[in-house]
Amino acid sequence: MLNFLKSSVGRKYIMGLTGLVWVGFVLTHMAANMLILFSAEAYNKYGHALTSNKLLLYPAEAVLLGAILVHILCAISLTIDNRKARDSRYAMQPSGEKAPPKPSQFMGIQGSMILAFIIFHLITFKYGTHYDVTYDDVVMRDLHRLVLEVFQSPGYVTWYSVCLVLLMFHLSHGAQSVFQSFGFLERKMQGGIKVFAWAYALIIFLGFLSQPLYVFLIHKN
Amino acid sequence: MESKQNINLKLKVWRQKNAQAKGEFVTYDAKDVSPDASFLEMLDAVNENLVIKGEEPIVFDHDCREGICGSCGFMINGNAHGPKKGTTICQLHMRQFSDGEELTLEPWRATAFPVMKDLMCDRSAFDRIIKSGGYISVNTGGARDANNILISKVNADEAFLSAMCIGCGACVASCKNASAALFTSAKISHLAYLPQGQVEQNQRALNMVAQMDAEGFGACTTTGACSAACPKEISLINIAKMNREFLRASITKKEEAGGGDLA
Ligand code: FES
Repeated sequence: MLNFLKSSVGRKYIMGLTGLVWVGFVLTHMAANMLILFSAEAYNKYGHALTSNKLLLYPAEAVLLGAILVHILCAISLTIDNRKARDSRYAMQPSGEKAPPKPSQFMGIQGSMILAFIIFHLITFKYGTHYDVTYDDVVMRDLHRLVLEVFQSPGYVTWYSVCLVLLMFHLSHGAQSVFQSFGFLERKMQGGIKVFAWAYALIIFLGFLSQPLYVFLIHKN
Repeated sequence: MESKQNINLKLKVWRQKNAQAKGEFVTYDAKDVSPDASFLEMLDAVNENLVIKGEEPIVFDHDCREGICGSCGFMINGNAHGPKKGTTICQLHMRQFSDGEELTLEPWRATAFPVMKDLMCDRSAFDRIIKSGGYISVNTGGARDANNILISKVNADEAFLSAMCIGCGACVASCKNASAALFTSAKISHLAYLPQGQVEQNQRALNMVAQMDAEGFGACTTTGACSAACPKEISLINIAKMNREFLRASITKKEEAGGGDLA
């Protein structure tokens, strides 16, 4: 089994598996945060429900953290091998019908940017200013207020949107590739998988984008 | 019969004396080229002129010149086998190009495919991958009836599509990781779809993937550049099949039987 994990094919399985963990997380994260469009109370109560159940929270956080670390380490090790495999550069790159799709060429750069975004994102929100609010005699964090404050800044909204575009490309390629890496790809599935992956990436992009835009354009302080 | 006019081209060709030498681009004129000539015939004419002038001709690999042997292949303007899909360079015709165009010709570039001279590189890494498992064992003696074993049409077709790989190396050359996943997977799939290939199925997947890695090819990042450049348009589904075979083999491969149960 160790040989499997060390092989180029095995490491692709790991990339796919750890990527899938985040594919699932990103979807639920986006969907749940849509509550911000509806009410501050629902938004805060949902956040409270998530964070107050430590028995679920810590293992979930551990899985996410573990998955992203393994994803990154695997990516680094594959990238090192891949660079070694192509020791000299071409004068010209493929063009026309033979050019590969662009997002697939820059997974590493997208990934690094997304990592920077995640760290910054956690600092801003999870470890950001702690406001309190009370609903039905329960004191909880008023994350809604913080989000509203942060998204007033045009600079922040711009940076957020740019990162979402990168995330969309990264996910669109990842969600297709995983079928091939896992060996599920069949001839008849090829077109469908492309559509599926892009639909997924687009839903994530539009869902997440609607939140800062809503705050910035409609819900001005 | 309508015929296009002859064209003139500028060729920027990679010249490299031997495997150790540092290469460089040298520019040549290709004059009065017939649009009906193949790309290699055009180079033959350029070479003839070089020989007359007492210069070294440009070295490139070729053999059948009908797109079936896999010998030929280099980059034209960054595209393996040139701009046209599903074509080897020997089957590429000059009518694809227009008068006055400048073409950059480079050899395949990959650590596992060292350049030997000019546009020719050493692709014996592919031979070693085949040697590690790209075969089936059969008894010698009289040939058996070809239809002895029934094979479903779907599998026969799929195996045939994989078997179309001519091993030219355009996949490796086009991949930004110089990955040999498309070649290796085509060879694994071609046999795995057929009953005759199933006897050695597990060992084949394990050995060929191990050999592919050992040769220093990169990993697949699913860009699809390989399949787009492939003169036989080998599909990416072969890579999925290889990964599946490799996973299954890693899990289910049986140890060689000893005597009795393990205590
Ligand atoms: S020379 Fe045989 S395939 Fe081109």
